[in-house]
Amino acid sequence: MTRRVDEGGRLALGGGRILIRGGRLLDPAQERDGELDCLIEDGRIVAVDRGIAPEGAEIVDAAGCWVVPGLVDLHAHLRAPGQEYKEDLGSGGAAAVAGGFTQVACMANTDPVNDDPSVTKYILDRAEKESPARIRPIAAATRGLAGQVMTEMIALRGAGAVAFSDDGATIMDSGVMRRVLEYSTLAGAPVIVHAEDCHLRGHGVVHEGAVATRLGLPGNPAMAEELMVARDVRLAQWTGAHLHVAHVSTAGAVEAIRRAREAGVRVTAEVTPHHLTLTDAATMDFDTSTRVAPPLRSPEHVEAVRRGLAEGVIDAIATDHAPHATYEKEVEFTEAPPGMIGLETAVAVSLALVREGCLSPLELVRRLSTNPARVLGLEGGSLAVGLPADVVLIDPERAWNYDPGQGFSKSRNSPWADQRLVGRVLATFVAGRLVFHHERGVSNR
Amino acid sequence: MIGRDILGIEDLSREDIELILETAERMQEIGTREVKKVPTLRGRTLINLFFEPSTRTQTSFEIAGKRLAADVVNFSVGSSSVTKRETLLDTAKTLDAMDPDCVIVRHKVAGVPHRLAAVLGAPVINAGDGAHEHPSQALLDMLTVKEQKGRLEGLTVTIVGDIAHSRVARSNIHGFSKLGAEVRVAGPPTMIPAGIETLGVKRYTNLREAIEGADVVMALRIQMERLEGACFPSVREYAATFGLDRAKLRYAKEDAIVMHPGPVNRGVELAHELADHRPSVILDQVRNGVALRMALLYLVAGRRRKGEAEASRADIIAGEA
Repeated sequence: MTRRVDEGGRLALGGGRILIRGGRLLDPAQERDGELDCLIEDGRIVAVDRGIAPEGAEIVDAAGCWVVPGLVDLHAHLRAPGQEYKEDLGSGGAAAVAGGFTQVACMANTDPVNDDPSVTKYILDRAEKESPARIRPIAAATRGLAGQVMTEMIALRGAGAVAFSDDGATIMDSGVMRRVLEYSTLAGAPVIVHAEDCHLRGHGVVHEGAVATRLGLPGNPAMAEELMVARDVRLAQWTGAHLHVAHVSTAGAVEAIRRAREAGVRVTAEVTPHHLTLTDAATMDFDTSTRVAPPLRSPEHVEAVRRGLAEGVIDAIATDHAPHATYEKEVEFTEAPPGMIGLETAVAVSLALVREGCLSPLELVRRLSTNPARVLGLEGGSLAVGLPADVVLIDPERAWNYDPGQGFSKSRNSPWADQRLVGRVLATFVAGRLVFHHERGVSNR
Repeated sequence: MIGRDILGIEDLSREDIELILETAERMQEIGTREVKKVPTLRGRTLINLFFEPSTRTQTSFEIAGKRLAADVVNFSVGSSSVTKRETLLDTAKTLDAMDPDCVIVRHKVAGVPHRLAAVLGAPVINAGDGAHEHPSQALLDMLTVKEQKGRLEGLTVTIVGDIAHSRVARSNIHGFSKLGAEVRVAGPPTMIPAGIETLGVKRYTNLREAIEGADVVMALRIQMERLEGACFPSVREYAATFGLDRAKLRYAKEDAIVMHPGPVNRGVELAHELADHRPSVILDQVRNGVALRMALLYLVAGRRRKGEAEASRADIIAGEA
């Protein structure tokens, strides 16, 4: 019984034996790139080889597709608890698997803030019921994201938190930051920073430079990020903690991270699909979906983060999926909340890097799956035998029109809305169960 | 230009600007008549939508509309959409339902007129958006310079002050550059925005060098709230360094004129003695503002809706103006 995944129809896969056959299997964890079959049994990968012909397996014909380990997003805002009108664990989880992400780390700026083990447990309980993707909560680094008193990191880690971050509420007090980093080594999880000097940023909403000057919008200088990354990598060096720099957007930050890594500092970093592919010129018509933090930068910074990603200075691509209700964005540019959604478009948008020769397919998958799993110490990011069968089928050539209204996120704030994208996730398996099929939609695991 | 939005000088061609200036020159005569009114826009509704108070600009547009016999309605909204818990889209749809023929928008945030224009059926005239553009001000400045100098091509125009926060500066940079003038900007480095050279201007932090040989020196109004933003240390120091007075003006051409978009902080950006007399042309600017805005209203609101057939300009000018 052979089914092509793109034929749709009834694909009641899951539980038994599934053979994904004839695709281009890309597994960066094992440096594998070739036409290999992948056999799944009871939710785990049991064989990866050429020409597997098992008895009684359902067969998924993956010809023309990439077969890759489930993607891992280091940075999403799933808004639950508290802002379920923007997103919840069900809609965010569905958007994730529709975008090929089988594991999603969600930020702590919820309401209430995820600064207490009870909130972490709540998120995990709801996710278990609602989300087809595996949800990995990031707890706050300081109580109430106030940048003053550190959270109970050990208890939070015990409750299931995978990292600590105040994200957009950058810890400006270097004394607090030092203590947070020191203490995080006890909890054994990284501290993720949105590195930006809020005083230098001021009211800036777009990259300070020629475009901001032309538009008359307040500028946020690259230096605001560069200074804070420089501080944080030095503090990480001093404390021996694992620092992870979120959404790197400037040339100076890439340089600071490069030098720190050469000096042996435990620093990892991510960049978003939008900072890799859009420049500040995208704001020329004042479209508030282009208002993000950090802001879209000028071409020389985009070039620098691309190079940093290609050279491995930046480990991972992370979405910073930040849903907002349509009416919240239909306001003055400076009043619009920052952020854009990205889970459903990350693969297609990032594939531009392959087409433009910046990354090989294997290296792209490494940055979307293997490396982010490694940053958070998560199982996955690989198609090794014995691992849970989180597997994604991607057609890198397929063109589609992205309509956020037809997507799975509750929100629509995307600069790629109504655009033609190339590269589509066709199917996503979590623990051997088909949770997303591009024609059939999402089902819970 | 019927039905066209006037959002910024950057979007206008040289020909557009010349057409507006020529039309304004014809409109000037109406203001000198005993009965200062023509029936050109009779039956048309203009809405002055001011999110930020501006008595001068609002009054100027109102008089311009009334001289063309339009019904002018002032719709003042004193706050941002967020504090009202209403989106800009809501505001735009509400206004659109009232079926205006032209909406004149002022807002403290750049880009608001652009977002409203995308929704409104009527043409939108930007009456100042944040630090972005103030097209009618730049056009009236160009009209005034043309009146005084007989041309714009080849002139040197120096703009002095808080360039970073000035929509007047940006619109004038675009306008004068498009018409062949050389534009210089001058001010303390804290007030000159990054990448200003990409707009085609020369940047100066020394006032004397900036006005050396200038035909036009335009002083911008200093916003006292910038003191808090630490853009300059004190009014006294600003006035001493960048304030224009007769002594500093000697470096400009002998027949240089002094302009200011108003209202003037006397003794700060402009010395008292310069504000009231030649070579200052500040009141000419105000007077020309009405004619210029009449021209804009006439050119864009002569027909009801965007995209409808353009009225014959010659007909209206000949018959009514």
